[in-house]
Amino acid sequence: MNIVVCVKQVPDTATERKLRSDDNTLDRDAADGVVNELDEYAVEEALRLKEAHGGEVTVLTMGPDKAADTIRKALAMGADKAVHLVDDALHGSDALSTSYAMAQTLKKIGFDLVILGSESTDARTGVLAAMLAERLGVAQLTLANKVEVEGSAVTIQRVTDYGYDKVQGSLPAVISVVEKINEPRYPSFKGIMAAKKKPVQKLGAAEAELAADQIGLGAAWSEVTEAAAAPPRAAGTVVKDEGDGGVKTADFLSSKKFI
Amino acid sequence: MPASRVMPTRESADLIEVVRDLAARELAPRVAKAEEDEDFPRDVFTTLGAMGVLGLPYPEEYGGGGQPYEVYLQVLEEIARVWSSVAVGTSVHVLSCFGLVGFGTEEQRRAWLPDMLGGGLLGAYCLSEPHAGSDPAAMTTRAVREGDEYVLNGAKAWTTHGGRADFYQVMARTSDERTGISCFLVPAGAEGLSADPPERKMGLTGSPTATMRLDNVRIPADRRIGEEGGGLRIALAALDSGRLGIAAAATGLAQGALDVAVDYARQRTTFGRPIIEHQGLAFLLADMEAAVQSARAMTLHAARLKDLGRPFGREASIAKMVATDNAMKVTTDAVQVLGGYGYTRDFPVERHMREAKVMQIFEGTNQIQRLVISRALARDAGAPIGVAGAGQD
Ligand SMILES: Cc1cc2nc3c(=O)[nH]c(=O)nc-3n(C[C@H](O)[C@H](O)[C@H](O)COP(=O)(O)OP(=O)(O)OC[C@H]3O[C@@H](n4cnc5c(N)ncnc54)[C@H](O)[C@@H]3O)c2cc1C
Ligand SMILES: Cc1cc2nc3c(=O)[nH]c(=O)nc-3n(C[C@H](O)[C@H](O)[C@H](O)COP(=O)(O)OP(=O)(O)OC[C@H]3O[C@@H](n4cnc5c(N)ncnc54)[C@H](O)[C@@H]3O)c2cc1C
Repeated sequence: MNIVVCVKQVPDTATERKLRSDDNTLDRDAADGVVNELDEYAVEEALRLKEAHGGEVTVLTMGPDKAADTIRKALAMGADKAVHLVDDALHGSDALSTSYAMAQTLKKIGFDLVILGSESTDARTGVLAAMLAERLGVAQLTLANKVEVEGSAVTIQRVTDYGYDKVQGSLPAVISVVEKINEPRYPSFKGIMAAKKKPVQKLGAAEAELAADQIGLGAAWSEVTEAAAAPPRAAGTVVKDEGDGGVKTADFLSSKKFI
Repeated sequence: MPASRVMPTRESADLIEVVRDLAARELAPRVAKAEEDEDFPRDVFTTLGAMGVLGLPYPEEYGGGGQPYEVYLQVLEEIARVWSSVAVGTSVHVLSCFGLVGFGTEEQRRAWLPDMLGGGLLGAYCLSEPHAGSDPAAMTTRAVREGDEYVLNGAKAWTTHGGRADFYQVMARTSDERTGISCFLVPAGAEGLSADPPERKMGLTGSPTATMRLDNVRIPADRRIGEEGGGLRIALAALDSGRLGIAAAATGLAQGALDVAVDYARQRTTFGRPIIEHQGLAFLLADMEAAVQSARAMTLHAARLKDLGRPFGREASIAKMVATDNAMKVTTDAVQVLGGYGYTRDFPVERHMREAKVMQIFEGTNQIQRLVISRALARDAGAPIGVAGAGQD
C-alpha cells in the first residue's frame, strides 16, 4: 500500500506566536518549528498500516525551508521518503490554495491512502482532509480513532459527541486522525541515523505544476487586515456563600449561557 | 530554560531534541510521585532502550550507537534535568557493560553485547562491599575456580538496580594478593544470587539500591571478563568513564533546580517587585548559573579528551568533583530562592537537594577524587596539546 502522510510544521505552542507586521501572516521565523502534534499520530498510523500490510510511507510537507526539520523527524520515526513542496510563491496560501497545491502534488506522486491530522495547532481550520478528498475525487474518512484496511475497503471509527460512527470507503481514500488513535513512537537513534540517507524530493511550484493565480497570498479569499493582542483576562466574579451560594452560582452560569 | 548546546553533528542534535521531548512528555509528569513512592520506573528504561540510549556510547557492530561521550553525556544531562534516578540508572547500565566492551574476548562480545546494548536488558555494577567502599581492594567476596566453573561467595553492597537488573558485573577476589581481583558477568537468574531489601535512602528513591548476596553462585568460567587478576584494573577504568556519567547527571540535576528557581524568582514578588530584581537574590542566581555552566564545560572537556583517545582520568575526577559539589550548592541555593515553599515537598527543589548529596558520595567520594587529582599532580608531567581531527591539517 502506498501511503502518503501530510505533515505540517507549526510554531511551538509553548512559545509566543506572532504575526508578521508586513502582511499579517504567521511569522514562522519567530518561533521554533515543531511537527503539528496530531500529524505524529498520522505518521504512527501510517507506519502501523505499513507494518501490517506492507508498502511504503511517504511524507508530504508544504512549508518553508526550515520545515525540513519536521520532515527529518517523520523520517526518523520510520517513514521511507519525503516530498517537500517549497516555494516563496506559496507563502500566504489559504486553506483552498493549500489544498489545491497539495492535491496537485498528490496526483503527481500517486497514493492509495492519504493520512492527515484532523487539525493543525496554528491555523486550526480542520478542513484540509475534506478539501483534499474533494479535489482528488476520492473517499473522505475523517476524525478517525481507529482505522482498518481489508483488501480495498477502509473502515474507520469516526469520533462523534455520542461515541463513534463506523464509516467505510474504498481505496484510494483520504483519512484524518484524532489523538486517541494511537501512541506515537519516539524516533530511535538508529532511526535518526537512517533518516539522513532517505530521499527527500524538493518540489517548487513550477515542478508541481501549480497555476500561479491559485496560490499564495494573492489568491487568498480572505485577508487579515488587522490583528490585536487578546485583552488581558478581567478579574473573576467571586460568589460569597451566604446560604444561597448554589443559586448565585447557577444564576451566573445561566447568565453566561453555560447552563 | 533548556541549556544551549553545541552538538558535533545534525543527528546528535536531533537526538537531543527527541530526548528533551521524551523527558517533558514521559518523565516530567511521573518523577515526583515515583520518587515519593520509591517506585522504580523499569518501563522508562525499556523506552530508553528502544530509543538506543542504553547502548549509545558503544560500537555499532555490537548493537551500540557508536556515539562519542560528548554526545552521550549531553543526552544523560537532559535526562537528569528532569529525573536524576533515570540518568544515574542509565549511567550505571553503561558502566556495567564497560568491562565486556573493553576487555572481553571477541567471542564473549558477540555472544552477549547485542542483548546488553540492545535496550531490553538492564545491568548493574557490583564493586563496593559493606567494609570496602573507598578502598575496593579490601573486598572479601571470593571466586574459586572449580573445573570449568567459578564458585562465587560474598556480599556486594550498594548495588544500584540490585534485585532488578538482568545482569551483574561482579568484582571478586581470585587470590589473596591485594589486587588479586577478577571481573565476572553474572546473569540475574544464577542460582544462589539474591538481593537484600533495598536501602532506605535519603534521596534518589526511584533508584533501587540493595546488597547482593552470592551464596555458592556457580557460573561458567567463560563468564570471566579479562584476565584472572585483571578485575581491579577493569573496575577502575570503568569508574573513570562512569564518573563522567555522574558529572553529567549532576550537571543536569543542577540545571533542573536552577530552572525552577529562575522561574519562581521571576514570578514571586516582595516589596513590590519580582524577587529576581532584588540584587541580593539575583546574584545568587547568577552564581548558580555560572556553577552549572562551569560543571558542563569541565565535563565536556574531559569527554572530548576521552573521545580523542587521550588520558582523561584526572579530568574525569575533576569533572565529577566540580559538577557534584556545584550541584550540591546549586540545589541548596534553589531551596533558598523558593524560601519556605522550597522547604516543602510541594516543590521539587528539596528533592533535588537530597538527590545532589549522593552524587558527592558514589563512584568515588569527592575526597577520593581529590586523592586521584593530587596523585596525578605528583606524578604526571605536563600533558601534551591535543588536536581534534589530527592528521587532516
Ligand atoms: C494568522 C493566520 C491567518 C490565516 N488566515 C486565513 C484566512 O483568512 N483564510 C483561510 O482560508 N486560511 C487562513 N489561514 C490558514 C492557512 O492558510 C493554513 O495554514 C492552511 O490553510 C492549512 O490549513 P490548516 O493548517 O488549518 O489545516 P487543517 O485542516 O487544520 O490541518 C489538518 C491536517 O492537514 C495537514 N496539513 C495542513 N497543512 C499542511 C501543510 N502545509 N503541509 C502538509 N500537511 C498539511 C496536516 O496533516 C494537518 O494535521 C490563516 C492562518 C494563519 C496562521
Ligand atoms: C545510592 C548509592 C548507590 C550506589 N551504587 C553503587 C553501585 O551500583 N555499585 C557499587 O559498587 N557501589 C555503589 N555505591 C557505593 C559507593 O560507591 C560507596 O558508598 C562509596 O564508594 C563510598 O564508600 P563507603 O560508603 O564505604 O564509604 P567509606 O569508604 O567508608 O568512606 C567514609 C568517608 O571517609 C572518606 N574517606 C575514605 N577514605 C579516605 C581517604 N583515603 N582519604 C580521605 N577521605 C577518605 C570518604 O570520602 C567518606 O567521606 C552506591 C552508593 C550509594 C549511596
